[in-house]
Amino acid sequence: MNFTLKIWRQKNATDKGGLVTYNVENISPDSSFFEMLDVLNQQLIAKGEDPVSFDHDCREGICGTCSLYINGRPHGPLKGTTTCQLHMRSFRNGETIFVEPWRCGAFPVIKDLIVDRSAFDKIIQAGGYVSVNSGGIPDANTIPVPKSDADASFDAAACIGCGACVASCPNASAMLFVSAKVSHLALLPQGRVEAERRVQNMVAAMDSLGFGNCSNTYACEAECPKEITVANIARMNREFLAAKLFAEKEKQISFSL
Amino acid sequence: MDSSTRKRLSSITSKVIMALAGLFLVVFLVVHLGINLLLLADDGGRAFSAAAEFMGTNPVIRVFEVVLFGGFLLHMAFGVMVSFQNRASRPVRYQHKNRSETSPLSRYMFHSGIIVFIFLVLHFIDYYFIKIGLVAPPAGIAPHDFYHRSLVLFANKGYSGVYLISFLFLGFHLNHAVQAAFQTIGLNHSKYMDAIKVGSTLYAIVVAGGFMVIPFWFILFR
Amino acid sequence: MINLKAGSPQVPLPEQWDSYKAGCKLVNPNNKRKLDIIVVGTGLAGASAAATLGQLGYNVKSFCYQDTPRRAHSIAAQGGINAAKNYQNDGDNVFRLFYDTIKGGDYRARESNVYRLASISPEIIDLCVAQGVPFAREYGGLLANRSFGGTQVSRTFYARGQTGQQLLIGAYSALSRQISEGTVKLYNRRDVLDIVIVDGKARGVIARNLVTGEIERHSAHAVVLATGGYGNVFFLSTNAMGSNVTPAWSAYKRGALFSNPCFTQIHPTCIPVHGEFQSKLTLMSESLRNDGRIWVPLDKADAEKLRKKEITPEQIHESKRDYYLERRYPAFGNLVPRDVASRAAKERCDAGYGVGSTGRAVFLDFSDAIKRLGREAIAARYGNLFQMYEQIVADDPYQTPMMIYPAVHYTMGGLWVDYELMTTVPGLYAIGECNFSDHGANRLGASALMQGLADGYFVLPYTISGYLSNEIHTPPIPTTLPEFHTAVQGVTDRLTRLKNTNGKQSVDHFHRNLGKIMWEYCGMARNEAGLQKALGLISDLKDEFSTGVRIPGGLKEYNPELEKAWRVQDFIELGDLMVRDALERKESCGGHFREEYQTPDGEALRNDEEFAFVSAWEYKGGTATPELHKEELEFNVVTPSQRSYK
Repeated sequence: MNFTLKIWRQKNATDKGGLVTYNVENISPDSSFFEMLDVLNQQLIAKGEDPVSFDHDCREGICGTCSLYINGRPHGPLKGTTTCQLHMRSFRNGETIFVEPWRCGAFPVIKDLIVDRSAFDKIIQAGGYVSVNSGGIPDANTIPVPKSDADASFDAAACIGCGACVASCPNASAMLFVSAKVSHLALLPQGRVEAERRVQNMVAAMDSLGFGNCSNTYACEAECPKEITVANIARMNREFLAAKLFAEKEKQISFSL
Repeated sequence: MDSSTRKRLSSITSKVIMALAGLFLVVFLVVHLGINLLLLADDGGRAFSAAAEFMGTNPVIRVFEVVLFGGFLLHMAFGVMVSFQNRASRPVRYQHKNRSETSPLSRYMFHSGIIVFIFLVLHFIDYYFIKIGLVAPPAGIAPHDFYHRSLVLFANKGYSGVYLISFLFLGFHLNHAVQAAFQTIGLNHSKYMDAIKVGSTLYAIVVAGGFMVIPFWFILFR
Repeated sequence: MINLKAGSPQVPLPEQWDSYKAGCKLVNPNNKRKLDIIVVGTGLAGASAAATLGQLGYNVKSFCYQDTPRRAHSIAAQGGINAAKNYQNDGDNVFRLFYDTIKGGDYRARESNVYRLASISPEIIDLCVAQGVPFAREYGGLLANRSFGGTQVSRTFYARGQTGQQLLIGAYSALSRQISEGTVKLYNRRDVLDIVIVDGKARGVIARNLVTGEIERHSAHAVVLATGGYGNVFFLSTNAMGSNVTPAWSAYKRGALFSNPCFTQIHPTCIPVHGEFQSKLTLMSESLRNDGRIWVPLDKADAEKLRKKEITPEQIHESKRDYYLERRYPAFGNLVPRDVASRAAKERCDAGYGVGSTGRAVFLDFSDAIKRLGREAIAARYGNLFQMYEQIVADDPYQTPMMIYPAVHYTMGGLWVDYELMTTVPGLYAIGECNFSDHGANRLGASALMQGLADGYFVLPYTISGYLSNEIHTPPIPTTLPEFHTAVQGVTDRLTRLKNTNGKQSVDHFHRNLGKIMWEYCGMARNEAGLQKALGLISDLKDEFSTGVRIPGGLKEYNPELEKAWRVQDFIELGDLMVRDALERKESCGGHFREEYQTPDGEALRNDEEFAFVSAWEYKGGTATPELHKEELEFNVVTPSQRSYK
């Protein structure tokens, strides 16, 4: 198969950047999108040019490193798939393919197609955990968890943190990502304990990092490679409102020895 | 986090305020539609004028009018604020148009909102400003005679056209807005969400359709 | 010859860990925050170690090459994590898990470490559940288990086909908590290129900032390597593209011994290789063997027709199918350990019964299970795996059997460590897949996650305090020491040399060739002649690389080709050591199958008289031949016997 590629090239964070056109030929329909880019890069290296930089690692759809906006869709045309699991058979022979980096003020471009997603780490650091230490833990079966809750929690926890939700959202909102973590932990009795604190802190972190607001277009759900649903966003809204309205004021306890 | 960001209303709170104000307007629209449909009654405007009289003089309604204006202002102010924040969150745009599979109407709530707003301004000039004496009524019509005022307006094909287009966009706006408001205030349930979505669409059709029937009625039957 | 002592407590096996904990020296909280620890890698072992050390109050610096700790390749582990909980009441206990692991490792692991691992395993599950890991549950709300290869009990805890992901997110969230509390500082997008040794102790690392190309110095009182395995030496493997041996290899070059490098695990259920352009192999979880049946045609003619796509697998009658694992190993059937299943697949394909366009594939068939349990039940168990398979191969496994073939997956070898997980360099620790200690010559399924978390959450935090208790008077290590300067110079020189080679071939070209050599001569089956040949080929490749590689871009910028070049250069050197180790070990055991040493029916033939030892290689500088040291393995509790799964 042959393709015309229009790829965003940008030397570094401060460079202006722009689309550059490349042609690749004799690509196997069974090769993955990255293997097609590998072929392009080998060509560029042979010509002494700078290869295209793109984020990728596990190439089996789970690490969440890959991040390409292909023909106007994060991770390309296939539903429920990451870019690394996208194969060239999903494109027409001779097709022109636009490849761009994720676009969001909170995800600045590092080089070419690579963006900095550490904003997601900061959101998790604001409360995306259960505050337990590694000692004195009760037996795992002490608290039974209804299977349906465990399953729903898993569905939310399946998030790979790739940022496709932000990339697809017309408002560059991170609500699906944040709500997936809030839901994952709020649905389990272990995470329930500090659920009120968590949702408030995570939302505050999200807001401070410059993501947009949710306007319920559900583009995130349509593009999520793990098919995480917007029901999580509603759950987070509910959790957030309840916490804001009903949580007792936190007392600042100062203690001296 | 610096103090300026901490003081900002959280994105969810802003959205919830918008949603609640919106849901309040949704209720108001039903009342307004009910009164407007009285225009269609073949009684020379007696029922319609009585209703308008009631709305104009009842003290409870008078208080609610202030609340209503508040609702409009909140909804619009937050809508504008949120939209500007949204635009700012993506300083560099994509080169290729987004092709995500979503309802196209949901992406243009700001735009449909603007159209409805423009209509609202016209509507104010045509009715409310006359009523409170800011604008002089057309010759031969008393400031409080909404019935004849309406007949004059709908006789104008241009006005009817603007009216129809505005309500078409209001329909688009409502179709997404009602179910989105439920989502925003957290009322999403695997069993009922589909029903809410259908209800939202039905509501949009009934309300927008209901209003749109009126000019057609005037064009066809009067 | 270095006298390698594990230093396990001299008490009966079941009491060792308690006895160690009771006697080990601790560091008081005031002193902990004055002590710096570097942890390299943020997989299960690295993230759990960094989080726990931070939680204890040490000053931790955590490094990863990925953009965020959550992407480490532990995330790709699918099947599950073992623990001797006996929740199923099916006869499991700590001793049985210990025994299965030792036996599964073909009696080449250290008893004391494995027993400790087994005894800690239940605690791991408790902690993970408390962290919010959404393990699979029964309708009654308690945890569910599944069975895995090489065992006769159901002790594997799982979260659909994404157990590694869920456990890693648990560890990552614990790490994030410590980052927010300020006890851990994260250095992401960093390649650790050298270990700094001061007065014989590990005191820091030299890292390259992958975004800016800056060479950074970081110092600490102790350095922990949790950098995973070296499977990418084969080019095609189930490892992530970035997985590399570099930090472990620089430790080796700085004096840490490298153990059992030839022990690599070839996983039986991967998607077969299908073209030259291929960049990586995808694993299909071992759990599929619970319900899938493995077969090839009984007739060579049928196999030939299948390869040419003249017939479909469904057309082959039941009586014309050879369920070779069930035939050869009736007791374990499709659930034999990985090394056994892999070799059996290779044997059938070598004999001409392989299917797929290349003839290097066998069927994994779910039609019986679908008939027995229904499509729904199978979808619930393996839905995401089936979906992944369909995306890659464009075949629907509900309709037609999957095709699978073995692929490089895990490396049992690694840095030599003692009972305290310390390498032969004082203050330098190796945990998780990066060390050699727990899996012998073959790892059982669902045991890697267990080991990574055991080391990080529960073992290292104790053992490192013994070492650090002697360091409380050492002030922060200045990075201005001459040792740091020399190390930076060395790293900069090597980078400049790589950049200035200006050859004709890309890095991938050499990596691919290395992979072909390793797979051909040091893969699933090895022999003297092939290994000797490989030594020559690797040496040639090393020379070609040093003059022939071409790296575009600059040193002080984001340059993935430069990163790869450094890693591949290390892999080439490692390849040489693997081959030497395989030559030295004149026996077959676990993943190491020497064709000269097999039983009449083709099973691995161990030689306990001469080879019941852990090989530990010492770097001798430059091109000098490395020196082999041995840690003799003592089996006080388990008696080694020929592994039988029949």
